[in-house]
Amino acid sequence: MGVGNPNRAKAESGIVRWIDDRFPLTQMWQDHMSKYYASRTLNFWYVFGVLALLVLVNQILTGIWLTMSYEPSAEGAFASVEYIMRDVEMGWIIRYMHSSGASAFFIVVYLHMFRGLMYGSYQKPRELIWLFGMAIYLALMAEGFFGYLLPWGQMSYWGAQVILSLAGAIPVVGEDLVQWIRGDYLISGITLNRFFSLHVIALPMVIIGLVVLHILALHDVGSNNPDGIEIDQNKDENGVPVDGVAFWPYHVIKDLVAVGVFLTVFCLVIFFFPEGGGYFIEKPNYEPANSLKTPEHIAPVWYFTPYYSMLRAITFPLFGLDAKFLGVITMGGAIAILFVMPWLDRSPVKSMRYKGWMSRLWLGIFVVSFVILGYLGTLATTEGRTMVAQLCTALYFLYFILMPFYTRMEVTKPVPARVV
Amino acid sequence: MSNEVENPTRRRVLVGASLVVGGVGGVSALTPFVASWNPSAKARAAGAPVKADISKLEPGGQVIVAWRGKPVWIVRRTAEALANLAVLDDSLADPDSAKSKQPKYVPGNAARALRDEVVVMIGLCTHLGCSPTYRPEVVPTDFDANWQGGFYCPCHGSTFDLSGRVYKGKPAPTNLEIPPHFYESDTIILIGEDGGNA
Repeated sequence: MGVGNPNRAKAESGIVRWIDDRFPLTQMWQDHMSKYYASRTLNFWYVFGVLALLVLVNQILTGIWLTMSYEPSAEGAFASVEYIMRDVEMGWIIRYMHSSGASAFFIVVYLHMFRGLMYGSYQKPRELIWLFGMAIYLALMAEGFFGYLLPWGQMSYWGAQVILSLAGAIPVVGEDLVQWIRGDYLISGITLNRFFSLHVIALPMVIIGLVVLHILALHDVGSNNPDGIEIDQNKDENGVPVDGVAFWPYHVIKDLVAVGVFLTVFCLVIFFFPEGGGYFIEKPNYEPANSLKTPEHIAPVWYFTPYYSMLRAITFPLFGLDAKFLGVITMGGAIAILFVMPWLDRSPVKSMRYKGWMSRLWLGIFVVSFVILGYLGTLATTEGRTMVAQLCTALYFLYFILMPFYTRMEVTKPVPARVV
Repeated sequence: MSNEVENPTRRRVLVGASLVVGGVGGVSALTPFVASWNPSAKARAAGAPVKADISKLEPGGQVIVAWRGKPVWIVRRTAEALANLAVLDDSLADPDSAKSKQPKYVPGNAARALRDEVVVMIGLCTHLGCSPTYRPEVVPTDFDANWQGGFYCPCHGSTFDLSGRVYKGKPAPTNLEIPPHFYESDTIILIGEDGGNA
C-alpha cells in the first residue's frame, strides 16, 4: 500500500499498522528511538542535549502562558509584568519558570558546547551538527536579547540601547540601520512591539526548525562518545554496533535521572532564588524604563557578559578603525570563530583523552578566560580589570588561532579500536 | 514521459528567465516588510522642538529635558570650571570638536556653547548610547584619581569634561553631540531648531 519506501518497518497489525500504512510511524520510532544506537560509554556530559530540549519545552509552554497576560506596549508592559506577578493566579511561578529557564538554557547549552569541545564532537563527520548547533546558540542569544526588553524595566531599556548601538558602530550605514531596527529616534513602544513579535513568533520558529535539523543530522551520523571512536566500525551480524545500546529505552532511562536532578535544582531556584542573586533578574529591572536616566551600574544578563567584557576591553584604535567599531568586530569575531571550529582542529584524534598536553592546556586556558571575562562583564570597569579583560580576550582568540598548529604538532596517544 | 530534453538551450533559457523574473518578484515583495520597520509617520511627528527655561539654573547645576525622547542636558558652569576647561586640552581626544557632531554656529573651543557658561548637549554617550552621570566635583574618584569634574559613563567607563569633550583612551569615539538650539530670550532655550543661526 502506498508509493513510499516499500521496505519501511511496519507493525504486524492493529491501529499502529493502520497508521504505518499511511505515515512512517514505526520507521521513525525505530530510526530515532528503539534502533538509534549510541555508545554504551556515554558519560554524564552527554545529558545536556536532552536537558536543553527540556528547557526549550519549558520556555515555549511558559512563554505561551505569559503572552496571555502580558501587554506589549510602552505604557502597559511594566505594569502587566507586575500584574502577572501579583494578580494572576500562580502567574509568579510561570514567570519565574520562564526567567530562570532562560538562564538554565544557557547553563546547559554552555556545558553541552564544552562537551563538544572536549570530546571533539564537531570533527568529521559531525561538522554540520556543530554548525546547526552554533546557529541555535546564535538564535538563542537573539531570543534572549529580544525577550529581555519585554519587561520594560531600566535594565531592559538600557541593555537594549547598548546592544542596538553596537550596530551603529558600522561605518556609513550604522546610524540608519539602528534607526530602522528601532523604528524610532530612540527605543520606544514601537521597538518593544517588534521585539515582542520577534521573541514570541519569529525566533521560536527558527529555533525549533534548527533543533530539528541538529537532531536529524545527529541521528544520521550517530553520537560521538568520550573516546571519539566511531562505534559503527564494529557491527555484529545484524548490523548493530557491538558497543552501542539503543536510545530507547537505555539512554532515555539514564537521561531521566539527569532530568530528575535538573528539575530538583531548577525548582530550588524558582522557589528560593528566582532572581538568581541579581544575575537572572537584575535589580534595576524593578524600576520602569526611563529614557532620560541610565542606571548607576549597567551590565547585561550573565550569559552575555563574556562578550560584553571583550567589547569593553577594546579601548584603543587599530588599523585605522576606531575603538568602538573594533570592539564590535571583536565581539562578533568571538562568536564567529566558534563556527569554524571543525576546520581549525587538525588533530588526527577527536577526544581530549588521546590528544596531547597542548590541546588540554589550551582548552583549560580557554575555559578559564571565558569564565573570567564573564565575571568581569558583570562588574564596573577599572584600569586593572580592563587589562585583565584584554589579556583574557587575547587568550580566548589564541585558543582558536593557534589550534591548527598545536593540534598538528603535538604527540597524540594511540586510539584503541573499541571504546573503553 | 521521457526526461530527455528535445531542445536543451531553449529549456535553459526558459528556466533562467523564470528564475530571474521570479527572483525579482520575490525580492520586490520584501519591500513592504522592510519599509514597515522605518519610523512611522506618528514617530516622525513626535520629534518637535522643546523649550527649556534656565532662569532657575544655578552655577554648577544641571537640568535635563527630553527632546525626541533623548535626554538633553543644560549645564551652567562656574567661572572656575570654565577657566579649568582649556587646561585639559592635552588629555582630550578631540579638544576642538573637529570630529564631533555639533552645529556650525556653536564654537569649537573649550566652552562649546553659544553663551560660554551654559552648555547644551545630548546626554547620550557617543559609544553605545548610555546616559553618563554628572560628576561636577573636582575630587579623586574610583575611575580617575585626578578627576577634574565632568561626566562619567557607567556602562563602559568613558569620561567627558564639563563641555562634553571625551578624554583620550576611552571607548567613546567623539565628544557628546550638541543638538540644534538657540536662545529665544535670555532665559529660554529652544532645542531642536537653529533659530536662523544655520
